[in-house]
Amino acid sequence: MNILDIMYFIVPMSIAYAAPLILTAIGGVFSERSGVINIGLEGLMVMGAFIGILFNLSFANTFGVYTPWLALLAAMIASALFSVLHAVASITFRADQVVSGVAINMLGIAVALFSVKMIFDKGQTDFIQQKFPRFDLPFLSEIPFIGPMLFKLVYGTSILAIVIAVVAWFVIYKTPFGLRLRSVGEHPMAADTMGINVMKIRYIAVIISGGLAGIGGAIYSQTMTNDFGHATINGQGFMALAAMIFGKWHPIGAMGAALFFGFAQALAISASEIKFMADVPSVYLHILPYVLTILALAGFIGRANAPKAIGDPYIKGNR
Amino acid sequence: MSNRLINVLVTVISIILGLLVGAIVMVFSGYNPAEGYLALWNGIFGDSYAIGETIRQISPYILAGLAVAFAFRTGLFNIGVEGQLMVGWFAAAYVGMAFELPKYIHIPFALIAAALAGAIWGLIPGILKAKLRVHEVIVTIMMNYVALHVVNALIKTISGGSYKTDHIKETASLRSEFLSNLTDHSTLHYGILIALGMVIVMWFILEKTKTGFELKSVGFNDNASQYAGMNVSKNIILSMVISGAFAGLGGAMEALGTFGNMSARGGFTGIGFDGIAVALLGANTPLGVIFGASLFGSLKYGANNMPNEANIPVEIVSIVIALIIFFVASGYIIRVGLKRLDKKKGAK
Repeated sequence: MNILDIMYFIVPMSIAYAAPLILTAIGGVFSERSGVINIGLEGLMVMGAFIGILFNLSFANTFGVYTPWLALLAAMIASALFSVLHAVASITFRADQVVSGVAINMLGIAVALFSVKMIFDKGQTDFIQQKFPRFDLPFLSEIPFIGPMLFKLVYGTSILAIVIAVVAWFVIYKTPFGLRLRSVGEHPMAADTMGINVMKIRYIAVIISGGLAGIGGAIYSQTMTNDFGHATINGQGFMALAAMIFGKWHPIGAMGAALFFGFAQALAISASEIKFMADVPSVYLHILPYVLTILALAGFIGRANAPKAIGDPYIKGNR
Repeated sequence: MSNRLINVLVTVISIILGLLVGAIVMVFSGYNPAEGYLALWNGIFGDSYAIGETIRQISPYILAGLAVAFAFRTGLFNIGVEGQLMVGWFAAAYVGMAFELPKYIHIPFALIAAALAGAIWGLIPGILKAKLRVHEVIVTIMMNYVALHVVNALIKTISGGSYKTDHIKETASLRSEFLSNLTDHSTLHYGILIALGMVIVMWFILEKTKTGFELKSVGFNDNASQYAGMNVSKNIILSMVISGAFAGLGGAMEALGTFGNMSARGGFTGIGFDGIAVALLGANTPLGVIFGASLFGSLKYGANNMPNEANIPVEIVSIVIALIIFFVASGYIIRVGLKRLDKKKGAK
């Protein structure tokens, strides 16, 4: 393959891998910007992936080609509800947010696998028949070079992910809600003094993160694996967490980081087919996102600073 | 009620609530919870073989729990136990198969290699935390994935493309004819003695040495410790290193005792994450860790009996464990409840 063919092959694959990461990472941005650590993204994605597949299998005959999209909606609702557990524990019950997140991760995979075994009587679900179609964008796909790379055989979900990233940026930086969200995460007491309901904002933020992670999980399961088993979501949630940090808690930054991590994943999978990449052991590409995140945190790639009040439960009247 | 009593009560109530909600889940899923828990009980204590396997399962849990608890006492949350355990597992398996040594050198050598590997894996987040103030939670999570991929790649390299390492030499094995015969040919090995020994080591370090005092002091208040002339950075790094060494030994239990080799894995072992639950339940004390490890180790092993005897998926136990963590973490609300109850009694 020459360079151009490689690009035509790798770039669309990177974007496809990145879409679930983008959505989940932006979910993380919402939660953490409000001051609630969300290590539970992985578990929320697992839940979304499972519900997405389950919905798709159950209603494929009823809804036809719309099934995968409606499955995203179902997954969003399920994971949003699931994230309420994390919200209640870490906001109202003042639990350690990291511990609560760990519990969400354990619970997510356990509940999903328990249900799979109960419903399907085996370790994984059947394969879905209604998948996300890939299509060429009219006009754009005919642009030389860029067209075949970016606009041919795209998943609708990739477009959705990028749209949501832009919407998230607008919501967080250009709306009153966004201003409140950020202030609650930086200095909840000051926000409270100004009449902002800290608890309410944090609840909303965590539930948004649950919903987005749910969509992310359902996109992953319905584009990459087409079934659900114990290894369907294997670190995607943590990679999204990494993308969020690498993107410095900014939606567009998170999107960029997610795209880059998607590229690393695509490269790791297809490295053996590329001539000058074949000698690079794939392990380097596999660990690249994680190593980069550590370096970013250490300040080697521009310092990443977390929201100030992150991790602290807000207790009214406490200084 | 004294604080101590309340702490114990919170734990006990959390366990009961976890089992209760687990039972409710079983009822709603159309299973019989009584049958389920009976199968669980039999899976743990049913016969001497089951008891042997249960104790075998408890040993890595004790070490994983110690690792989390030890770091926690210095105010550090080591989520990286999973990764540290995996590199320890690999190091022990490698030393176990690659060297020809007499038994009394080989076993300690393999154990030290495992502890060292885990310690190095803990050293990196320790240094980053101490020198650059990088939050250890995120770094250790990332280190887990690095460990997973690196170990898989190493297994492939040293086994010449296979997916598992060769079996360790007999001289490095912790397997014991005596313990095995005692428990009806279970895979119970001497690892449990090492685990219990490490519990004493942790207690000794924390309670009987100056270093332990400093470590705890940094955990309580690092500013005050600094002001008192302690080297906070050094203590943070030391804590992560010791924590990682415990985790590495946990991996050695699997390498030298239970499995005798290491296979490439698609995902994590889960022992490290369960270690968080163990430490949390044991209130980060050495004795508490034995208790927590015994509970979760037995639940995890006993669960294997549930599909056979009661036709319930094993995952129900993971659900119960996750719920127990939730309840312990949300202890604040249970505490409030208990205090109200206490006040009412006092008013009468």
